Amino acid sequence: MIDININGQSVAIDAPDDMPLLWALRDIVGLTGTKFGCGIAQCGACTVHLDGQPVRSCVLPVGAIGKKAVTTIEAIEQTPAGKSIQKAWLDVDVVQCGYCQSGQIMSAAALIQRTPNPSDADIDLAMSGNVCRCCTYSRIRAAIKQAATGKAEVMQSVAVMPARSAS
Amino acid sequence: MKTLDRPASGIGIGGISRRAALQAGGLALAFTWLGTGKAFAAINPRQQPGDAAAALADGNPAFAPNAFIRIDADGGVRLVMPMAEMGQAIYTGSAMLLAEELGVDLDQVRVEHSPANEALYGMPLLGGQITGGSTSTRGTFGVLREAGAVARTLLVSAAAAQWKVDPASCTVERGVVSHAASGRQLGFGALAGAAAKLPMPAKVALKEPKDFRLIGQPLRRVDSAGKVNGTAQFGIDVRVPGMKVATVRASPTLGGVLASVDDKAARAIPGVIDVLRIKDAVAVVGEHFWAAKRGLEALKLKWTPGRNATLTTQQLRAALADALAKDKAIVGKETGKRPEGTLVQATYDLPMLAHATMEPLNTTVHVRPDGCDVWVGTQVPARCVGVAAKITGLAEDKVVLHNQYLGGGFGRRLETDSVEQAVAFAKQVPYPLKVVWTREEDIRHDIVRPMYHDEISAVVDGEGRIQWFGDRISGGTVLGRWAPAFMGKDGMDGDLIECVAEPCYDLPNLKVEWVRHDMPAGLNVGWWRGVGPTHNLFVMESFIDELAQRAKKDPVAYRRAMLQKNPRTLAVLDLAASRIGWGQGSLPARVGRGVAVGDAFGSRVCAIIEAEVSPQGEVRMRRAVVAVDCGIAVNASSIEAQIQGGLLFGLSAALYNEITLRDGAIEQSNFHDYRTLRINEAPAIEVHLVKSAEAPGGLGEVGTAIAAPALANAIFAATGVRLRALPVNRALLAQDKEALKKKVADAGPGKGFDEGRSA
Repeated sequence: MIDININGQSVAIDAPDDMPLLWALRDIVGLTGTKFGCGIAQCGACTVHLDGQPVRSCVLPVGAIGKKAVTTIEAIEQTPAGKSIQKAWLDVDVVQCGYCQSGQIMSAAALIQRTPNPSDADIDLAMSGNVCRCCTYSRIRAAIKQAATGKAEVMQSVAVMPARSAS
Repeated sequence: MKTLDRPASGIGIGGISRRAALQAGGLALAFTWLGTGKAFAAINPRQQPGDAAAALADGNPAFAPNAFIRIDADGGVRLVMPMAEMGQAIYTGSAMLLAEELGVDLDQVRVEHSPANEALYGMPLLGGQITGGSTSTRGTFGVLREAGAVARTLLVSAAAAQWKVDPASCTVERGVVSHAASGRQLGFGALAGAAAKLPMPAKVALKEPKDFRLIGQPLRRVDSAGKVNGTAQFGIDVRVPGMKVATVRASPTLGGVLASVDDKAARAIPGVIDVLRIKDAVAVVGEHFWAAKRGLEALKLKWTPGRNATLTTQQLRAALADALAKDKAIVGKETGKRPEGTLVQATYDLPMLAHATMEPLNTTVHVRPDGCDVWVGTQVPARCVGVAAKITGLAEDKVVLHNQYLGGGFGRRLETDSVEQAVAFAKQVPYPLKVVWTREEDIRHDIVRPMYHDEISAVVDGEGRIQWFGDRISGGTVLGRWAPAFMGKDGMDGDLIECVAEPCYDLPNLKVEWVRHDMPAGLNVGWWRGVGPTHNLFVMESFIDELAQRAKKDPVAYRRAMLQKNPRTLAVLDLAASRIGWGQGSLPARVGRGVAVGDAFGSRVCAIIEAEVSPQGEVRMRRAVVAVDCGIAVNASSIEAQIQGGLLFGLSAALYNEITLRDGAIEQSNFHDYRTLRINEAPAIEVHLVKSAEAPGGLGEVGTAIAAPALANAIFAATGVRLRALPVNRALLAQDKEALKKKVADAGPGKGFDEGRSA
């Protein structure tokens, strides 16, 4: 048995030390919001926070966690950064299939926690470990900026033009 | 087709004609190429024989006038979604169509996955319960609105009867029927019981577009909340009491079979429960995925590789070229004669591609003596029931399919191979079994987009104008395996020649041919986002650019001259060109803009990409502008998202992706060697819509289909190098090839510098 602090609660997990946290969360604890994408820390879908830092849970053995606090997508709204990121995600309507978005939100929340007003370069650096196959990147960037500044970023690029006839 | 006979209603697409289907393109085009008029079940706005049972199983609502609308006695409005949600926002779009005419707003409805039922949820353009081909909005725009109107008509009739007033004097808003003259109001919940007793109305009035409250608004998605807080359930998240988890390995050599399994070490691993075999794969079952995966790694496996043991991509590529030179072609389109004049020719090659959906393939199955439950996110629910019934020997009505949110589809979840495999394993055990593929398994056993080899040509006059256009294509057929009954005249697969056979340009003399060359057994090819147009628009729009350059004409001007009879497509070309400032100002060295235009999936699209190529051959996209005319824009927000995401999906493939074979096995395995664009590589993408009252066009694949040619043309403008094969070969783009060789050598081991591949 390994005791892990998950979302503010101590949870006893019956698992071998080398089991990645991802599978403990999903298959033992039943927190399925954290997703399996690659298993080799290439896509970021499994991102959780360890003492507030974003980590890839698919390669983090449960035996290496010790007393550090694990926060998952299910509890990120309890942090101010997480709450503002989730709200911006809804306002900007970021998601498509949605499968990678737990990980995107965890990375974004960690970003604005440590860098409250991130530049494009900060966003690139913090978010380039998270793959989105639907490629929702334009709106991810817009939502992070909106969460940081409070200014609406949504739908700025859609311009509806009147039809024109051939000339 | 059932919808053919319905009188046109509303704005132009109340019924779906064969003509409309032909314009629809993609899968729909493939299905209607022959125009056989084959009858099949399809969605209907009125009550059908199977509706009562379906509603009873769906919480027995007080009012269920058709397969899509459930109104409970407490006034709750539930909408059953005929199409699968895989990111394209069809749950939002379909809900908008139903809610618009029903008289509720999106914040008042809950959406539900539909059960597997071809008769109630068949897509009229595809002839089955299938989500694909960018058909969902096109095929349901009239029907779902009418379904909403049927429900509203009955609810209003029930209120008017109770109040003894003329139904025409009642209004509906936010789920409440009102009679203004008497100040009376009743909610849908209070009216549901009475409405359910009324006969189906023969005719219903649909709103005029000027009266739309929802359609045309950039509304937010109905499925966002759960996808933002982690509660949305995808197939892989299904948890059933008593369930065990398996992971699998199928023969690495495509088409190979299992020879022997030594599972002693695997069974000794704590948490491993079972080792299961089928002909071509093995599964390890564990208490959780980790035990199963460790167990799988501990197996000692021997395979019989079979006839593909030495198969390589190079052999397949050579065979395609050989077939084009020697084998008989099927003529898909021939108009006019080839005149004398200067013949310009080029050959193009496209690679095999994997789908790599973010959610790896998975299926949960519980097989019992008297029935079977299947939980999976699928684009083809009824097909899944069919295969599960066949493999278990149960009747189809004993198989219950529980569809889920799809963590990406892109065509991969139009297949049932992973479901078949999971059922074959699950029927060996008494417990519910969740089978999860690793990412490695997902890529190595993708049903890949086929490779293509094109010989494209034109006869041009002294001004460089096209007098005759020809395309000879060799490649395998998806349709021939996936729906062979829908192959066309002379065995034609319409998907192979789409967009070239019906080009957006005025090309009176045209010949388009296909040489069918099937891939070896075991190497199945499948639908991939953008299907035929993704292939043919790359070839055609790259070649049009070559012809413009040869004629010393501006690429936009050259295209404009051929679009004078196609005002909608001309308009998107002009719009995109004006928005990016085409021809204005000067660009830095090794920066170029590329344009591509096309008619696909019933929409008109133009993309212009501005790209910079470094001296080492690295490509950076600086900016992209896309103009779209998709007819009536149901939801501009979803359209923007689909165009942006679709374009980047296509650019990912163009820049990075190729599935290759060695010893008959797929060489790629995960996101490190099958890359996707990341946020730092994604350019800003402006999307401009043309306001239109035409019938809706498809959107989910348009951006993908137009991406590669715009990029390749931009790279040409930046470097003068014409790329006639994908993915982009950076070695060809390097200014100083010696410097590039050194850079690659410095980067360490890997695939290294490959000069062997021709442009």
